[in-house]
Amino acid sequence: MSNLIVSPSPHLHGPESTRRVMGDVLIALLPVTLVALLCYGWSVLILLLSGVATCVLCEYLINRFLLHRPCSVGDLSAIVTGVLLVLNLPPAAPWWIAVVGAVVAIGIAKMTFGGLGQNLFNPALVGRVFLLVSFPVLMTDWTIPHGLLQDHLPSLSAQVDAFSGATPLGVAKEGLGAGSTLQELFAGGQFNWNMFFLRPGGSVGELSALALLVGFLYLLCRRVIKVTIPLTIVATVVVLSAIFSAVDPARFTGPLFNVFTGGLLLGAIFMATDYVTSPMTTLGQIIYGVGIGVIALCIRYFGSYPEGVSFSILIMNCVVPLLNKYCKPRRFGKEAK
Amino acid sequence: MKKTFAIGGVHPHDSKLSRQSAVEELPLPETVAISMAQHLGAPATPIVAVGDKVLVGQLIAEPSGFVSAPVHSSVSGTVKAIEPRADLAGNPVPHVVIEVEGDAWLPEIDRTPNFVGDMTLSAEQILARIKEAGIVGLGGAAFPTHIKLSPPPGKKAEVLILNGTECEPYLTSDDHIMRDRPDEIAMGAQIMMKALGVGRCYIGIEENKPEAIKAMRIAAIRFGGLEVVRLKKKYPQGGEKQLIDAIIGRRVPSLGLPIDTGAVVQNVGTALAVYEAVQKHKPLIDNMITVTGRCLPVQKNFLVRIGTPFSKLLEAVGGIPENAAKIISGGPMMGKAISNLEATTVKASSAVLVLTEKETKRRPEGPCIRCGKCADACPMGLQPFLLYKLAKMNRPDEMEQEKVFDCIECGCCLYTCPAGIPLLDLIRIGKADVMKIMRSRKK
Ligand code: SF4
Ligand code: SF4
Repeated sequence: MSNLIVSPSPHLHGPESTRRVMGDVLIALLPVTLVALLCYGWSVLILLLSGVATCVLCEYLINRFLLHRPCSVGDLSAIVTGVLLVLNLPPAAPWWIAVVGAVVAIGIAKMTFGGLGQNLFNPALVGRVFLLVSFPVLMTDWTIPHGLLQDHLPSLSAQVDAFSGATPLGVAKEGLGAGSTLQELFAGGQFNWNMFFLRPGGSVGELSALALLVGFLYLLCRRVIKVTIPLTIVATVVVLSAIFSAVDPARFTGPLFNVFTGGLLLGAIFMATDYVTSPMTTLGQIIYGVGIGVIALCIRYFGSYPEGVSFSILIMNCVVPLLNKYCKPRRFGKEAK
Repeated sequence: MKKTFAIGGVHPHDSKLSRQSAVEELPLPETVAISMAQHLGAPATPIVAVGDKVLVGQLIAEPSGFVSAPVHSSVSGTVKAIEPRADLAGNPVPHVVIEVEGDAWLPEIDRTPNFVGDMTLSAEQILARIKEAGIVGLGGAAFPTHIKLSPPPGKKAEVLILNGTECEPYLTSDDHIMRDRPDEIAMGAQIMMKALGVGRCYIGIEENKPEAIKAMRIAAIRFGGLEVVRLKKKYPQGGEKQLIDAIIGRRVPSLGLPIDTGAVVQNVGTALAVYEAVQKHKPLIDNMITVTGRCLPVQKNFLVRIGTPFSKLLEAVGGIPENAAKIISGGPMMGKAISNLEATTVKASSAVLVLTEKETKRRPEGPCIRCGKCADACPMGLQPFLLYKLAKMNRPDEMEQEKVFDCIECGCCLYTCPAGIPLLDLIRIGKADVMKIMRSRKK
């Protein structure tokens, strides 16, 4: 028998693969994507198709003609970026917004750094922030496109009417800027449980906290991500906003409002946990999560944008190499004397 | 509560296919080739000549140097050759080749199944017997047992730990000896406790071996100072450092020795060999070997004379199947791939495992996605992706800072990595370089 394989141990390999990890992320994104499709209808479908197709095409073309590397589309990471990008767009955005965002995400944020695993910044967020800066009007047009669900859920259409044209965070920022107090702005309270199930207004992926949490549970069960990063982000926001709103309830929004509005959950669960752009050790992840929470809340409270999750994640992305360098895992055994 | 070690580890499917097949004695081969390098340290020096007649259990080679062990004939017959022969990886190693004639044992060896429970020897006498019997650690490293039972000056043993974890998938030989011969193992533990001067012995067994746990618990009641510890199933629990951590919660310091925690670890197979050597005058001439793999028609546990060709073991289960791609000596996580099937078994052989291409294929290598899973899996708390990168860039200084010397080569990192990066392959190379540098610095 000369054709036996002789290679070093281990001779067995675990079930995980990059493709499976990415596939799991896509499955975890399914609930919120489906709810968005039902609620917002065609316009989201068109955004998804154009965003994902552009990401995949971009990656393929760059590998083929610029880098002359084997095609890496099979690892599904480009599709994940495409879906995440669309979840961060306003539902009424035109299709070409997704295309431009995808080109920036893959072409600039991912491939110029050397492709999967090499990029410093989360590609989908780079795409979104680029769009926000370049097309501020389109990117903050919170018109709610009409979808199936709205015909069948009276409570939903009531919400749609209430929120149309503005996000709760936007209302808070503008109202406070104009001198009103929060009590005047949110006469019915800052938070109600409708916001937990379905809250139209805002980016596509901010629609349902419940659907995001279902995806989160799936990721945890499949051990794709650990609870550390999302938990520290949310905990930081809760603690800080509790303190601030206790000190001055007229000026600072409260914990529930801050957790369930805007992109906080979407960001904490799906954007901040991107392997490539987040720290690898638990200590690093805690510092990173606290940093994101603090920066996001500061932008919401004191910045000129109503929402700061994307910025805060991108800012903390820069720190990741440092965190990886200085936060070592717990070693086995101390140094012998 | 079930115990286990604190950091890292993986959970491969345990695949104990031969768990319920009773132990069989493998028929004697026509010739055996007994390696002179079956232990860690200097190879033994043959003391027989071509043409000599030998009996089973007769001394055929003496230790050369402090860390070394004698070798005994596993068969009776005529010495045919003393020559270098290829070992399982194809490297030439001195062997004594003996043509088998009958099965005549040295008369002083007690071959009855009677249990001998009385022992009046002193610690020195015990150590001398163990040394003369050529016993080495049967857990894998094959370190001479008498040395391990003699802590260096200034260090004191407090507790003996028997390793019955058998945490490698597929292997069942330790499981079987614990089920079949618990009293002998417990007596072996008593003997080693006496040699060490300790009053306490823990026997660590993973939860997937309930029969062995029960049998050893009953045996432990008969003998004082023994306690069976049921462990959670997790690889590499049988690693010395992991086992000490799991059972007594102490961590061997980086660059330190297990004895720094006061623990001495021995395999259950070694305990049995110690019993046989001290109480029955039987040197280490045979061992239990699992022949297994999903592609084999049957999976079996054999009692095998040392020096038997691997090909004979495979014949005994119906030959090598068509779809066999890799044959491994030992377990699938740390065993060695066999390139030469005419190589023969040694004292520390524990299994022959046949895997198909599908079972053993590595995933195609992709870019590192920085998931950190390799670091989470590493039982030594290292950062395999970083060590891999440093090894690739040939930076031994930084590898040393990152404690590459702590790597126990368990393979958890490579097993886990979703991107299929050959982490351990390169870490091994880098580690060898670093160890070389560290040694030369010491001189
Ligand atoms: S082989 Fe070494 S680096 Fe890899 S997991 Fe085991 S101890 Fe850690
Ligand atoms: S497990 Fe593999 S892909 Fe993940 S960080 Fe380690 S080397 Fe990179």
